Amino acid sequence: MSSNAITIAGISKRYTIGLAARKMNFREAIVGLATAPWKRMRHLAGHGSTATDFWALRDVSFDVRVGDVVGIIGANGAGKSTLLKILSRITPPTGGFIELDGRVSSLLEVGTGFHPELTGRENIFLNGAILGMLRSEIRRKFDAIVSFAGLEQFIDTPVKHYSSGMYVRLAFSVAAHLEPEILIIDEVLSVGDLHFRNRCLGRMRDMRDEGRTVLFVSHDLTSVRQLCNRAVMLISGRVAADGTPDEVTRRYEQMNRDPGTASGGMAERVNPPPHYHLSRVELRNASGAVTREFDAGDTMEIHLWASSRAPENSFTAEFRLLNDDDEPISFGSANPIRDTYYLAEHQHFVCRLGPLPLTEGAYTFNFTVRVWNQERWDFWERAIGFDIHRCDLFKTGHGVTNVHDGDFIIQQEWLVGD
Amino acid sequence: MHSPSRTLRIEPAQSWQGLNVAELWRYRELLYFFVWRDIKVRYKQTVLGALWAIIQPVAATALFTVFFGRLGGLSKQVNGSYALFVYVGLSLWTFYANAVTMAANSLVGSSHLIAKVYFPRLLIPIASIFSGLVDFAVAFAFLLVLMIVYHVPPSPQILTLPFFVLGTMTVAAGAGVLFSALIVSYRDFRYVFTFVVQLWLFATPVLYTIDIIPAKWRLLYALNPMVGMIAGFRAAVLGGPFPLDLVLVSAVASVLLLAAGLRYFTAVERRFADVI
Repeated sequence: MSSNAITIAGISKRYTIGLAARKMNFREAIVGLATAPWKRMRHLAGHGSTATDFWALRDVSFDVRVGDVVGIIGANGAGKSTLLKILSRITPPTGGFIELDGRVSSLLEVGTGFHPELTGRENIFLNGAILGMLRSEIRRKFDAIVSFAGLEQFIDTPVKHYSSGMYVRLAFSVAAHLEPEILIIDEVLSVGDLHFRNRCLGRMRDMRDEGRTVLFVSHDLTSVRQLCNRAVMLISGRVAADGTPDEVTRRYEQMNRDPGTASGGMAERVNPPPHYHLSRVELRNASGAVTREFDAGDTMEIHLWASSRAPENSFTAEFRLLNDDDEPISFGSANPIRDTYYLAEHQHFVCRLGPLPLTEGAYTFNFTVRVWNQERWDFWERAIGFDIHRCDLFKTGHGVTNVHDGDFIIQQEWLVGD
Repeated sequence: MHSPSRTLRIEPAQSWQGLNVAELWRYRELLYFFVWRDIKVRYKQTVLGALWAIIQPVAATALFTVFFGRLGGLSKQVNGSYALFVYVGLSLWTFYANAVTMAANSLVGSSHLIAKVYFPRLLIPIASIFSGLVDFAVAFAFLLVLMIVYHVPPSPQILTLPFFVLGTMTVAAGAGVLFSALIVSYRDFRYVFTFVVQLWLFATPVLYTIDIIPAKWRLLYALNPMVGMIAGFRAAVLGGPFPLDLVLVSAVASVLLLAAGLRYFTAVERRFADVI
C-alpha cells in the first residue's frame, strides 16, 4: 500500500461540442442513429469527427500524499472544474483512472439541495445527508452547526425568509462540520463576501492542521501560497507545472504576463472568423501596472490586441461584464467610433473604464471583436477575470459585497427633504 | 459524499454497468431524507394538504361514474355500487399514475443536485414512488370509510392487499426509472409519457371489469402489469373470485419491466451530469 490519498492516472475527458451545449431531442437521436454507421465508417476511414470534440482534460496524472494540501490553478477553461467534477464522481472520465484512499467529501458549492420551504433545522438534516453525513452524526453535531452559524433564533424559520447572508452562513456551517479524510473543494464557493472567504480559508487551515488531505481548486494565488504545500497548474487540460506553491504560482503569473500565452487560445472559440482574432488582453490600473486586482472607485484600462491576416476597416469591439454567477451585468461597445478603427496585422486597442462602481467579488469579461456587417466574429468567452478587493464607497469601514448588496453601486446623492 | 474507508476507484463509464446494491444500501438514509423532503414540501405548499389525496380520486370517480357508468352503461356489468368499484380501482391507479409521473420527471427536476453532488442517481426516482405512499394511505383510509357506508365487509382476501401495493410500486419503479432516464436525454419523452399514462388507464381494468375482455385474450392482456395489480387489489378489498392467473402473469411482467428500467438507467446514469 502506498501512502497516496489520491492517485490520478492518465485522466482524459472529452466533450462533444453541441451535445453538451444543447439538449438533443428525440428526432435528432433518431437521425443520429440512422447516420451513426455512416459517421463511424468515415471515422474509421480517418475522416474523424474530431472537429466537434473538445478535450477538457488530456492525460492528467499526479499523486497526492496523505496530509498534502494541493492547490490546482489554471486559467478559466484550463480544465480545473472538469477535474473537480471527475474527482467528485459527477461525470466520468473518458480515459484513465483515479484512486481515492479514504473517506471523501467534495464540495462544489455550499447549501446544495437546500429547499426554501423547509426550515433551517430541516435543511441542516437534508443538506447534511446529501453531503454524506449519517443521521446520527447530524444529530450529534446539530447544536454545533447552529451555533457556528449563529442562527439559534431562526432555526425553525423556513429558509426562504432568510437573508442571503444567513443562508450562506447556515450552508457553510453544515459543510464545515464534515470530517472527511480527503476534502475536495472548489474555491468558487468562497468568492464574494470577504468575511465569508476568510472563514472558509480558516476552516481549510484547520483541516490541514488536523492532517487531512485537501485538494483545493483556486483562482486566488495568495490563498494557494498560504494554504497549500504543493500546487499543480493546468493549461488547456494538461498538467503544465507541479511543485511548490511559490514556484508554480510564480510561473502562472509569468505566463499571464507573457503576451503569447495570455489566458485562452483559439481552442476555446466556436466558429471564429478565418482571418482575424483577439490574441491577448490585459487589465491595467491607473498607474499603468498590469493587474487583476482593483478596488471600487478605481479606473481600469482594458488593453486588447487583435491580429488580422488582411487589413480590415470598420472594425469594432465589445465587452460584456459578468458577475461571479456568470450573469451579464454590464456592456460596452466601441461602435460609436467604429469608423476610426482600422485593423492591421497587429493592432492594440485600449478602453478606459471607470471609476468602477462594483462591489467586492470576482468579475469576468467576455470580448467580441468583429468587422462591421460581417456575419462571423471572434467571441472570446471568459477571456479575463478580476477581483474587486475593497468596496468602501460609503466610507463606513465595512466592505460592500456582491453577496448581500448586489453587484454595483449607482452614483447617489442624499439630501434632507422639506 | 461518504464512502467507507477503503479505496474508491473512478474509471470511464462502461455501457454494461451493473446495479450496485451495496452502494444503494449505504445510501439508504439519503433515500429516507429525499422521501421526507418530498412529503414535507408537498404538504407545506398546499392549503388543503392531505385532502387532495381524497379529492383527486373522488372527483375522478364522480366523473367516470356519470360518463362511463350511467351514460356508457358500464355499471351494468358490476355487482353492487359502480362508484365504489371505480373508487377502489382509482385509489390504487391514482397512486400509480402520480408516482410514475413524479418519478419520470424527477431527474430533470433535480438537475442542480446532479450537477453538484454524487450519490446513486437511482435514489431520485425511487424516492418519488415512496413519497406517493402517504397520499395513497389517505385515499385508502377514505376507502375504508366508503366500505362502511356501502356495507361491504372485508373478506379474508384483504390479507393479500400489501402484495398489490408492492406490485404497483414495482411497476411504477420500472416505468418511472426507465422514463426518467429517457427524459434526461430526450426531453420529448415528457410529452410522450403524459400520453402513455392516459392511454394506460384505459388499457387497465379501472373503469370496467375484466369480464369484457374475451377469456382467451386475458393472459395476454395481463402482460400489462397494472392489470393484475388492479384486478387483484379489487378482489382483495371487495372480495369475489381471485384472479390468480392474471396476477401471476402481471407479477412476472412487472419484474421484467423493472429489470428493463434498471438496465437502461444504469447504462446511462453516469452521463446524466453531462447532458442534463
